[in-house]
Amino acid sequence: MAIKLEIPTALRPYTGKQASVECEAATVGEALRRLTSTYADLRKHLYTDDGRIRSFVNIYVNDEDIRYLEKENTAIKDGDTISIVPSIAGGQES
Amino acid sequence: MLHLSEQIAREIREHGARDYPHETCGAMLGLDGEDGREVLALFPLTNRRDDSPRNRFAITSDDVRAAERMARERRLELVGWYHSHPDHPARPSEYDREHAWPWYSYIIVSVANRHPGDMTSWRLTDDRSTFLPEEIVNRVSAPPTR
Repeated sequence: MAIKLEIPTALRPYTGKQASVECEAATVGEALRRLTSTYADLRKHLYTDDGRIRSFVNIYVNDEDIRYLEKENTAIKDGDTISIVPSIAGGQES
Repeated sequence: MLHLSEQIAREIREHGARDYPHETCGAMLGLDGEDGREVLALFPLTNRRDDSPRNRFAITSDDVRAAERMARERRLELVGWYHSHPDHPARPSEYDREHAWPWYSYIIVSVANRHPGDMTSWRLTDDRSTFLPEEIVNRVSAPPTR
């Protein structure tokens, strides 16, 4: 399925400043793997060392958060848009 | 190098003082150019960490999208985030580092007993190993070229 991946501003330095990337994939997980295979420097910012999507990385398929769908197994179809949207967190040492 | 006016710096400090003893937070809108990055406007936000606001802050993805919309409306970019450290130094914690995004400027202001103090800015390294300090410069002349 031909889909578009929207890249947040903070990650565009790693995609040659592209704001979106197109790829072929059947699921969200496959799309993200293809994205990080092409742009390897993205991987550490999207995934933890043990391969999970970082908690502050939010993935939407056509404005639906994949946490409420099938997560990385969410199927995608031609023309879908996958958006990577940051949430921001922090705080002082406890 | 991060340029911001005295007014912007004052607004960040005042936000930190208002929300004390809780951590405050907000978005920084501006331009990123050859001569550095400049903060031209703030988008104050609500700390969504109701459970632990004295030492944690959170900005949801909906808030991030709202900040991005505001930036587009003002023909600016979302260049970073600010937050406060109540009764704690203006230095990023390990928790700050673990949750940071690259590229953004992160301003931290220390607020001691409701009095704002040190303000610093930081940027995450590409390998996520640490924050590097970013010099804050008071903007008194023309903004950087795009």
